[in-house]
Amino acid sequence: MNTASERSPRMRIAGAAPSLLHTARALLVRDLRLLWRRRGDALQPALFALIVVVLFALALGNDPVLQAKVAAGVLWVAALLAGLLALDTLFRGDAEDGSLEQWMLAPVPLAWLVAVRTFMHWATTAWPLLLATPFLAELMHLPRAQLPVLMIGLALGTPLLSLIGAVIAALTVGMRRSGILVGLLALPLYVPVLVFGAGSVVASAQGLDPVGPLLLLGAGLVVAMVLAPLTAAAAIRIAAN
Amino acid sequence: MSDSLPHAPPLLTARGLSFARNDAPVFGPLDFAVDAGEALLIRGDNGAGKTTLLRVLAGLLRPETGRIEIDGRHTDAPARTRALAYLGHLPALKADLAAIENLDFLCGLHGRRRGQSADAAMRIVGLDGYQDALARQLSAGQKKRLSLARIWLSPAPVWLLDEPYANLDLDGIDLVNRMVQAHLREGGAALVTTHGAYAAPPVRTRELVLRRLS
Repeated sequence: MNTASERSPRMRIAGAAPSLLHTARALLVRDLRLLWRRRGDALQPALFALIVVVLFALALGNDPVLQAKVAAGVLWVAALLAGLLALDTLFRGDAEDGSLEQWMLAPVPLAWLVAVRTFMHWATTAWPLLLATPFLAELMHLPRAQLPVLMIGLALGTPLLSLIGAVIAALTVGMRRSGILVGLLALPLYVPVLVFGAGSVVASAQGLDPVGPLLLLGAGLVVAMVLAPLTAAAAIRIAAN
Repeated sequence: MSDSLPHAPPLLTARGLSFARNDAPVFGPLDFAVDAGEALLIRGDNGAGKTTLLRVLAGLLRPETGRIEIDGRHTDAPARTRALAYLGHLPALKADLAAIENLDFLCGLHGRRRGQSADAAMRIVGLDGYQDALARQLSAGQKKRLSLARIWLSPAPVWLLDEPYANLDLDGIDLVNRMVQAHLREGGAALVTTHGAYAAPPVRTRELVLRRLS
């Protein structure tokens, strides 16, 4: 990103070009302010996950054995759906008011801004849920020995879901109504995360080593951290055309 | 003083620039240059491709053919971002943020011209006292003025202004002209699209007239 124009003697209007950290901080501050202004909306995904888990606990009746069996699956599905619910807001608002244009014209890579925005999406949808997981697990009678496996799995899996979601949101950002398409695109990509995430807890419940599926989740996260922002940025540029 | 350098390359040059949408040509091929201290007035009817031309120059659209040079050097879209400030039809303002918060964010994204502050810029564009007003409460003209404040704060030497006079009152039109004049005096350049009903800024101006391609 080293432009020749910067060194030109004719450009007397020079000012400080923002660094990667500067732009990241500006974007994070903006998103936190927006989050605070619309704190009712912001709580929606976490509340949704809470409702799903509580409803499951009630629907399954007073059967601790059955609840303990499905606990990991229910918590994982709740986390996944909560993330999916907030997916459409990831870039749509910024596309509609022209902010995305200004992102593209910023002197930092678009992929970097996409990565920061996705981090915010993960922080706002997954962190409240991660905090609530020990209590929800207790509600579902999940054996305490399996709680660390569930927590590690969610800590690795939810950012992976957000990154995959960012690519999907970027691919559909140019469309007016994308509800069904988002679901169709997300399903096959989310399934492996769910299988390994919930599978790790099941394996641990059966006395098997849960490290294998967790490592796969970690590997997936590393790959997604590199590729997802680049892919999403490319998709946004195509949508701008 | 550097303006007097002989054979200094123009700030912005387009060579054989054309754009087509779905194989239908929109404009071009165009050849033009804009020097430091000069404004290029892009005139044309609705649909003549004025906005498209600015979007191509900004790097939002990929040109069909041709090249764009900054200071005589060929540039791709990411390399141009530092040299260009773009005012489009969409204001890029978040409705739930205060005017000054919007400006702070956009400055964080694009950088800030040396010796300028968001507060001072809001005074210049006539929005003093509206710092804490939410963007949703501003009128269309006030939003335009806020966007102009962003352009004013940008460290980029080339301004791409798409219909900067739209939604503005007479005082606002005069504001745009004064801003362009001040920017050009400092060695910048401006490309301004208009469909022709407004007075041009009193500066050294070239004109580019686009016609609709059938």
